[in-house]
Amino acid sequence: MGNKSVSYAKWGYIFSLPFMLVFLFFSLYPIIYTAMLGFTDLQGAGRRTFEFLANPLENYKLVLTNESFITSLKNTGLIWFLNFIPQMLLALLLTSWFTNQRFKIKGQGMFKVLMYMPNIITAATIAFLFRNLFGYPKGPINDLFMMLGLIEKPIYFWMSAGWSRGIIAFIQFWMWYGNTMIVLIAGVMGIDPTIFEAAEIDGASSVQTFFRITLPSLRTILLFTLVTSLIGGLQMFDIPLLYNLGGPDQKTLTASVWIYNQAFSGRYFYNRASAASMVLFAIIVVLASIVFYILRDKDAQKINRDRKAFKKYARQLQKEAGK
Amino acid sequence: MRTKIKEMSPIRKVIVYTVCIFLIVLSIFPFYTMFINATRGTYEIQSNSISLIPSTFAVSNWNVLMNKNFNPLIGFVNSLIISCGVTVLAVYFSSLTAYGLVAYDWKLRKPFFTFIMAILMIPAQVSIIGFFQFMYSLGLTNNFLPLILPAIASPATVFFMRQYLLGTLSIDIVNCARIDGSGEFRTFNQIVLPIMQPALATQAIFAFVGSWNSLFLPLVMLTDRTKYTMPIMVNLLRGDIYRTEYGSVYLALSLTVLPLFIVYFLLSRYIIEGVALGALKE
Repeated sequence: MGNKSVSYAKWGYIFSLPFMLVFLFFSLYPIIYTAMLGFTDLQGAGRRTFEFLANPLENYKLVLTNESFITSLKNTGLIWFLNFIPQMLLALLLTSWFTNQRFKIKGQGMFKVLMYMPNIITAATIAFLFRNLFGYPKGPINDLFMMLGLIEKPIYFWMSAGWSRGIIAFIQFWMWYGNTMIVLIAGVMGIDPTIFEAAEIDGASSVQTFFRITLPSLRTILLFTLVTSLIGGLQMFDIPLLYNLGGPDQKTLTASVWIYNQAFSGRYFYNRASAASMVLFAIIVVLASIVFYILRDKDAQKINRDRKAFKKYARQLQKEAGK
Repeated sequence: MRTKIKEMSPIRKVIVYTVCIFLIVLSIFPFYTMFINATRGTYEIQSNSISLIPSTFAVSNWNVLMNKNFNPLIGFVNSLIISCGVTVLAVYFSSLTAYGLVAYDWKLRKPFFTFIMAILMIPAQVSIIGFFQFMYSLGLTNNFLPLILPAIASPATVFFMRQYLLGTLSIDIVNCARIDGSGEFRTFNQIVLPIMQPALATQAIFAFVGSWNSLFLPLVMLTDRTKYTMPIMVNLLRGDIYRTEYGSVYLALSLTVLPLFIVYFLLSRYIIEGVALGALKE
């Protein structure tokens, strides 16, 4: 009876085929092509023919000794750091409040909806909106600060390196802390509640519970957030471009904006932009690997084991309930 | 006996609510100012750039935009075409791939899944030069296809769909369909897809919003004004001709994100659930 002899294995291949083909055509080939263009002399509008350089590493040398590219890498790192640290701290603080057993915050749903909101709105629009909000000599923020008596005369935000970097980092922070918070809350919800109950019975304070139980349990999720934020941050483009074109004086120029400017804003240095892209790619791969290497430790394995044990436990309960 | 749960001190409660309320004001203020100023005239904004109440200049601001050849409707239609295309392809093909990974036992199944995990983090931005040159040689610049078709290979969506299928799909249903003589494609389209509906909805929202918001790739690929998407139109506002048209700039900005606000307030619950679910991937 039945058709045990029929093998359905080929359908696994068939159903995965579109993914594979599209990936090869639109992702893998462009990456290899970019890597190759980095060794060529391809420059100029509309040019399609190119030759490999006598010294294939010339573009890389040029890029790595280019002051503005180095500056752009430093800016990218600095702006990411300025956004990530406060973002993580605030998300952790809010997570500890929203998951506190002793204090059920009213209106949590509404708080979450509004705190997450900026994340879903177009970054380009937000960046240009902030440019207008920080207008000079008249602008909503200058008006507000004057009204509150914080400043005596309007600040020329766009021309200040400190303010520009700070504002771009703030936009990034403001758009992402809600997302990070929701991710962390989900992580806390995944922790076995009996651990919290045990801590409570043992008389642990909420601060102790947070630092001794919640935080260590969130290790994996924290690292995951760190990697995704880092990879996203290294590609930062929309916000610095729309806020101030990387200005003033390249103080907010990020690596992606630099690459875009080299190739697409009337300069057509495709070969240099390719070399720079590969440098950026290498940095991303190295950073991601380091973090994933850390992730592959005993703790992660232990979490997996606990999970399996928990599943088994749940199945048993279901069985018993069924009897 | 259980120990009585200690209440939080009133001072801490006040701090918690103050911080939360401050943060939601921070979330609302920029957008509120944007929408209100979109209805105010340039003179009004110049004399006081913050107002709590709307004014009556929305139509005249719109006319200014039209006179400067800035038509948000074109951007709206283009963005809608691309985002809908991306959403349909990403959701359908990711489900198909995920089903292939879950329902069938094939030799390369594990290596293929590991491969998807490995490419999950590869940013599309770093291959932009090669992508552009390749599409240029195919004559596909100023065409929507290079912006839509790559959605067929969305590793993150495949990952989510796989997790969902592992939790919900019972292979018995599939076997029953086979006994009834249903082909594999038909089983997927008529039986598996309906089971996946909640996951489809969540991922559809994220695919749509992600595509609507993207600037980098469209900015590089589309140079013809009639092909511009909404975020590229925002980039246009940097031009000198808008320097003194405060009200119109706010109106244009409002229009680029209006659909997102509507989607968000209708579906915020599902969106936040989706973010939380996506976080549980391990």
